[in-house]
Amino acid sequence: MAAAALLRRIPAARAPATAFMAARPISDSTAALTIETSVPFTSHLVDPPSRDVTTTPAELMTFFRDMSLMRRMEIAADSLYKAKLIRGFCHLYDGQEAVAVGMEAAITRGDSIITAYRDHCIYLARGGDLVSAFSELMGREAGCSRGKGGSMHFYKKDANFYGGHGIVGAQVPLGCGLAFAQKYKKEDTATFALYGDGAANQGQLFEALNISALWKLPAILVCENNHYGMGTAEWRAAKSPAYYKRGDYVPGLKVDGMDVLAVKQACRFAKEHAVANGPIVLEMDTYRYHGHSMSDPGSTYRTRDEISGVRQERDPIERIRKLILAHDLATAAELKDMEKEIRKQVDDAIAKAKESSMPDTSELFTNVYKKGFGVESFGPDRKELRATLP
Amino acid sequence: MATASSLRAAVPATAPCAGLRSTSAASSVRVAPAARGGRGRLVAKADAPSSATASKSDGHELLLFEALREALIEEMKLDPTVCVFGEDVGHYGGSYKVTKGLADMFGDLRVLDTPIAENSFTGMGVGAGMKGLRPVVEGMNMGFLLLAYNQISNNCGMLHYTSGGQFKIPLVIRGPGGVGRQLGAEHSQRLESYFQSIPGLQMVACSTPYNAKGLMKAAIRSENPVVLFEHVLLYNLKEKIPDEEYVLCLEEAEMVRPGEHVTILTYSRMRYHVMQAAKTLVNKGYDPEVIDIRSLKPFDLHTIGNSIKKTHRVLIVEECMRTGGIGASLRSAIIDNFWDYLDAPIMCLSSQDVPTPYASTLEDATVVQPAQIVAAVEQICQ
Repeated sequence: MAAAALLRRIPAARAPATAFMAARPISDSTAALTIETSVPFTSHLVDPPSRDVTTTPAELMTFFRDMSLMRRMEIAADSLYKAKLIRGFCHLYDGQEAVAVGMEAAITRGDSIITAYRDHCIYLARGGDLVSAFSELMGREAGCSRGKGGSMHFYKKDANFYGGHGIVGAQVPLGCGLAFAQKYKKEDTATFALYGDGAANQGQLFEALNISALWKLPAILVCENNHYGMGTAEWRAAKSPAYYKRGDYVPGLKVDGMDVLAVKQACRFAKEHAVANGPIVLEMDTYRYHGHSMSDPGSTYRTRDEISGVRQERDPIERIRKLILAHDLATAAELKDMEKEIRKQVDDAIAKAKESSMPDTSELFTNVYKKGFGVESFGPDRKELRATLP
Repeated sequence: MATASSLRAAVPATAPCAGLRSTSAASSVRVAPAARGGRGRLVAKADAPSSATASKSDGHELLLFEALREALIEEMKLDPTVCVFGEDVGHYGGSYKVTKGLADMFGDLRVLDTPIAENSFTGMGVGAGMKGLRPVVEGMNMGFLLLAYNQISNNCGMLHYTSGGQFKIPLVIRGPGGVGRQLGAEHSQRLESYFQSIPGLQMVACSTPYNAKGLMKAAIRSENPVVLFEHVLLYNLKEKIPDEEYVLCLEEAEMVRPGEHVTILTYSRMRYHVMQAAKTLVNKGYDPEVIDIRSLKPFDLHTIGNSIKKTHRVLIVEECMRTGGIGASLRSAIIDNFWDYLDAPIMCLSSQDVPTPYASTLEDATVVQPAQIVAAVEQICQ
């Protein structure tokens, strides 16, 4: 096909392993490619963006790689949890990768993202590395929060990733506060405050949205609607499950959250809108394959047919794989190789993370206060653990 | 560990700053250059009597709420990241006039009238703090901040820890609390007992115009989240305070009246009941040492300990309810640290464990009265 030929360019350097095999290499072209989203956008109080999304072969390859990495990380976390190396709560994101990757593609590191506890993949998308992620999950000192936060408390300040929050909905007012600071400092950036369909019923969201609309803050409220608030389906929890309309006087957009290109388009649109006009609500129609957390099998409130149905029809990685193959940007074998390489990358990271030690007991007392006063803190018996809060 | 001045190195040391988005030419606060060692370094000695520290000029008289306002104005001029969130703080001027005139001076983006949404605007304050601003969040009445308890406890108090030290939340949460004049049960809350076990929070209570201004300035400059407890009945106290700029230490207690026979530890409004009782006690031949602990979390065990080592007897007088109050924690801390110095059991006078009733006689019976303080001292000193 002429179009495909145009897209292919021989890159300067090629990995030696595939050089002799490939008849033509994996495309890293940056020539523009326009692809239609799966479904048109539905909107509330605003004209929706176009269904045609501009991307490049290189970007599509990045999407595939990033989402596959996230998928692999979450599955590995599942195994680690069952092996009791990760304890407590562990909320996995597999199925929802397109939201993390699409959002990141539309914005800069100057924009801020804040989310709830299903935060591992957003951390990766913001530039977090696998070793610090796995270390944090296992409570080791090499973790991104020094082992003191755990699964629900991943943060990356230098990438404007504000976590990582355990209490449902509480991160949304924080996100509006981030947006306030962006406006205060005249930064021309926006904040994406993510929450779930369960959190959408929290009063503090409406409070924060009201204030954001009044003060015209660059806040984008993103509802990752995976249709279940833990074990309760959305139709049993929300009188109006049209979450993108919940903003009432605030415009909203409903997006197919399993289509990374639709997510990218919507986020780019939302950022432009928010910086100019104030808040906007995005509803990402997405799905999680795992249960709410590792303590929830995820099958008591939904059928296995439903889960496998979504996996077959709407899986975000498969969608990109089909696009890549259809546009002849790589072969199926090359994509499989990439997945193998990713698997090894994740396994290596886990091995490295396991080498990291548990935090020293003195870490119990650090970071309680930013500026300490040398006050004493004790263990329960007042004798054994006696330290001064630094 | 970085010093307070290097943490704020980006802020110019002299006031007012060029580049501030101040909308009016308010008179600048005179700062004696020689007295300044850098931000946060000018500290008045805690054991100086609260009224009239040695000052070069005469000082000026004002009411406690005006002292708080002066502190806010000075800090907002010095640091453009300081902003105020609260209900009716802007155009209305504040329900207790603490923020009167600030909206005209600093504009609507720095003095923000919020809707009645404590949970979310406190959360927004925390988010803004994470991103480098220094919000001062006002609860119109401290009791309303119970609606924001989750934000104060989980986010404000704990984010520095759970992020492994990445984020600091230099928030000031302030507002009037305490038992007033027949305000009713819901408007007479003493939240210091609820907040005291939140790790990562710092708590101070002001009681005079002098310490109100100093503590407000210190709280704003602190990198930790600070809850500043004001009292509804103390806003109109009048005192002469120094003209020069001063900042008090957040963790220090204040020696109100040195003495030999008994250490009376108190804070906020009860300080005045104690001083009233002290007059009676002096007439009866007692010599009480009165310390306003000011710092509710952490306790200034240095000052308190020195006093106990001298007097060997302790009476705590607080406005919290008896169960789970500040007095309970203070008692434990004293027993742990100074048991050997005690000649008598620690007595603690607190408010009754009841909702504050409306009727004036009942309300008076809820809180500790001077007569009870006198009786307690007589009992301890037997």
